[in-house]
Amino acid sequence: MSQHGSHRLVVDYGNDLRLFPSWLSRTAIAVLGVLWILLPMQIGDFQLSVLNRAGIFAIGALGLNLLTGYAGQVSLGHAFFMAVGAYSWAHFGGEQNLPLLVWLPAAGLIGGLVGALIGPFALRLRGNYLAIVSLGLVFIGIHIWNNFESVTGGFDGVGGSRAARIGPLDFTALTIGGTKYSIEQAYFWLIWVIVALAALATKNVVRSRPGRALQAIRDRDVAAAVIGVSLTRYKVSAFAVSSAMAAMCGALFGSYYGYISPDQWNLLLSIQFIAIIIVGGVGTVFGAIVGALFIAGAPLMIEQYSSSIPLVSYLTKQADMTVATLNQLLFGLVIILFLILEPRGLAGLWFRLKTYFKAWPFSY
Amino acid sequence: MKLFAQLVVGGVAQGALYALVALGFVIIYKATDVINFAQGGLVLLGAYICFTFNGQWGWPFYPSVLAAMAVAALLGLAIERVILRRMIGQPNYAIIMITIGLSIAIDQIVIWKWTGSQRNFGDPWGLDTYKVGGVVIPVVNVVQIVAAGALLVGFFALFRYSRVGIAMRATASDQEAALAQGISVKRVFGLSWAIAAAIGALAGVLLVSGGRGLGPDLSFVALAAFPAIILGGLDSAGGAVVGGLVMGLVQSLTAGYNDKLPAVLGPNFNRVTPYVVLVAILMVRPYGLFGTREVTRV
Repeated sequence: MSQHGSHRLVVDYGNDLRLFPSWLSRTAIAVLGVLWILLPMQIGDFQLSVLNRAGIFAIGALGLNLLTGYAGQVSLGHAFFMAVGAYSWAHFGGEQNLPLLVWLPAAGLIGGLVGALIGPFALRLRGNYLAIVSLGLVFIGIHIWNNFESVTGGFDGVGGSRAARIGPLDFTALTIGGTKYSIEQAYFWLIWVIVALAALATKNVVRSRPGRALQAIRDRDVAAAVIGVSLTRYKVSAFAVSSAMAAMCGALFGSYYGYISPDQWNLLLSIQFIAIIIVGGVGTVFGAIVGALFIAGAPLMIEQYSSSIPLVSYLTKQADMTVATLNQLLFGLVIILFLILEPRGLAGLWFRLKTYFKAWPFSY
Repeated sequence: MKLFAQLVVGGVAQGALYALVALGFVIIYKATDVINFAQGGLVLLGAYICFTFNGQWGWPFYPSVLAAMAVAALLGLAIERVILRRMIGQPNYAIIMITIGLSIAIDQIVIWKWTGSQRNFGDPWGLDTYKVGGVVIPVVNVVQIVAAGALLVGFFALFRYSRVGIAMRATASDQEAALAQGISVKRVFGLSWAIAAAIGALAGVLLVSGGRGLGPDLSFVALAAFPAIILGGLDSAGGAVVGGLVMGLVQSLTAGYNDKLPAVLGPNFNRVTPYVVLVAILMVRPYGLFGTREVTRV
């Protein structure tokens, strides 16, 4: 039996659980690593800002994917937890100017705690009911953000120091070996290394015992309980971890944009996260990242290049549609089309392509 | 006391409209097990179609309303046939998301076609008021209560006594058994969407009447009907009415007595009271006042 190449047969559990099962995935990771170092020097600040926004969203989406994709619980409350994290940044980073290694873990901790407090109540409900109660969370959240002025600055929002410092590295004015780098370049390195860590952490959760427990709950909760999976424990843990990741995503969002206000944490933001994992591929780690590139990045690209994309320029110039409206419309249509045509998302398309070539010249 | 009476009338009127929107949700949920987040979009679209007939093409008001309801019903039918029919058997996050996608798309199409600006809605009641013993009651509130009440009575009669209504109830209680009795479940699905869309259109027209003005933020109002259906129970049409009225009253009273509430709750607390009630209800009775208790085995 050949042990190399992506056609390798999976013969035991150890094989199945490997982080990088084939030379192809190992090469891909190496290429991404090199890209991570070199890309900021090759492309402009605008493209980097698109990638940065997408990276921040990818972190939150990885968390939601754990809850929705793996544990099967739909939550529309992700924006609430993102806000919790963003205000943690505002307090510890923006106001007190503590370094990143303080406010980022603090945001995760606070988000996780709030999630662990709300989780047991929310997860008594299943399916549709959970979706609706988490919707309530978003609205109650906006009310709190508007009124808890000492931290959130009320309606006007809050800013302050970006506080993106790790030891001697200050990402707002990065200088290495005498070369100065722009904020976008510096944040690109910062954000995407965190994305990689978050992806690694998620991957490790899903390929070990808790991950299998979550998937068992998703597929059939009764059966999972019968074989000894503690539903409450795993569901609440998934909720807390997902909230913690949303909070870290929010903290980075706050630091990156340097200013946050209550009306940003709306229902549409929560919807974006669900759209990211649907478009990327529910229940896959790399799907959450690809989906974030697509959902969080595409609108910025369309806005920037609206006059040179044929259909977009027609709609915005001749048919009186603003770019913002067009972007939202496309967002809605993309969700509908993916769910109807390829419910497994972009990851699903990739698997199809892969199996096609794996089995070639046979159809399957 | 005068203030109280006024608030109660306003609350019941608002509640009657929540009840209409909530009824649309419940009809679709009962028949097809779909939580329709696009109901707000149907409300919005219905109001704008009526505005087009009445305000832009100059049709008389009442025929415009009926025509808008008919057009909305056709749209509901089309949405079910083209989109939701393909989603049968998919996991519920997918179904929730497809209706959310629809709602976003409808909102944007409305903004594109009719622009995002506020329009004057040509309803015949405007800002007129009745005065009953010193209490000022807007005419539109009375119309809202009467129209919603009439429609609800009509719907419940249809649901209870007509062949169509019986087919709908049979489908809701057991799809396979209904199929075995010769009921076309597909037709019931389509019909549920059509009825819900028509009710939504009427709710939209009534919501923007009385000088409130027509704008794309209307679909947001419909979201506030969610707490109402949870309070009443997702699958209870009667519960939708009770839930709607309670939410309308709670919201109107907290708005009226906002200055007497503890300061810690903050100004504009009335905007979130339905959601606070929602969370409280779900803690105490997760399946609402009149909903079917799901058998939980674990």
